[in-house]
Amino acid sequence: MENIVSNIQGIPLNHYIIFCSLIFAIGVTGVLIRRNVIIIMMSIELMLNAVNLLLAAFSAYRGDASGQVFVFFIMALAAAEVAVGLAIIIMVYRNTKSVDIESLSKLRW
Amino acid sequence: MSIFYFVAFLAIFFALMTIFTKNPVHSVLYLVITFFTLTIHYILLNAQFLAVVNFIVYMGAIMVLFLFVLMLLNLNEDTEPMKSNLVKIIGAIAGMCLIATFLGAFRVIQPTNELVAGNADIGLVKNLGKVLFNEFLLPFEISSILLLTAMVGAVLLAKKEVRKA
Repeated sequence: MENIVSNIQGIPLNHYIIFCSLIFAIGVTGVLIRRNVIIIMMSIELMLNAVNLLLAAFSAYRGDASGQVFVFFIMALAAAEVAVGLAIIIMVYRNTKSVDIESLSKLRW
Repeated sequence: MSIFYFVAFLAIFFALMTIFTKNPVHSVLYLVITFFTLTIHYILLNAQFLAVVNFIVYMGAIMVLFLFVLMLLNLNEDTEPMKSNLVKIIGAIAGMCLIATFLGAFRVIQPTNELVAGNADIGLVKNLGKVLFNEFLLPFEISSILLLTAMVGAVLLAKKEVRKA
C-alpha cells in the first residue's frame, strides 16, 4: 500500500485535471453527435464519472474525506437518474417505436 | 507512476470508442471497460471504498440496466439513427473548442501538487464511514428518500397502462 501512495505522489494534480476534462469533453461531444437517446444518457454517465474522478483526486491530494463522500452521493444520484431515465425511454419507445431523439421534438411546442 | 498515463490513455481511448461505435451494444461494452479503467484510477488514488462502489454499482448495476434496456428494445446497428456528417463534424469541433477552453483556463491556474502528509488512508471504508455518519448523516438519509422516490417513479413509468373499459 505504501508503494501505491508513493506512486500518486509523482503525478502532478494538473494531469488529473487535464485527464478528467478530456473525458468530460468526450461526453459532451457524445451528446452532440449521437441521436440514440440511450447513447446520450451513456455520455451523461461518462461526464458524471469524469467529475467523480476529479473530486476523488482533489480529495486525495488535499487529505480531506469530504470529496469522496460527495462522490458517493453523486453515484446514488446517478443510479436514481438512470432508473427514471430508462423508464421514460421505454415509455417513449412504446409510443413512438423509436429511440431517436428527433421523435421527441414535438415537446418543443 | 507511468501506470497512471497508461490507464489514462486506455480510458480516453475507450471513451472515444464509446461515442463513435455504431452498434449500441458495443457502445455499452466499451463504456463498461471505460468504467473499469476509472476503477483502476480510484485504486491508484488509494480510494478503496470508491473503487469497490464504482465496480459494483456502476459496472454491475447501471451498465447491466443499460444492456437490459437495449436487449428489451431489440436495438442493433440497423436500427441506429445517425446524424448527418455535417452535424457530426460540427459536434466534434464544438467538443474540441471545449477542450481548448479548458486547457486555456488550466494554463492560468497553478494548483499545488503536494499531498497533505499523514492522510494517506482517508479512502478506506472505516474513515469514510466515520465522516459519512457524522457530518453527512442528513444528506445520507435524504439520498435514501431520493432512491425510494426514483424506484417508485421508475416502476410507475415503465408499467403498462391498464385500459379501463
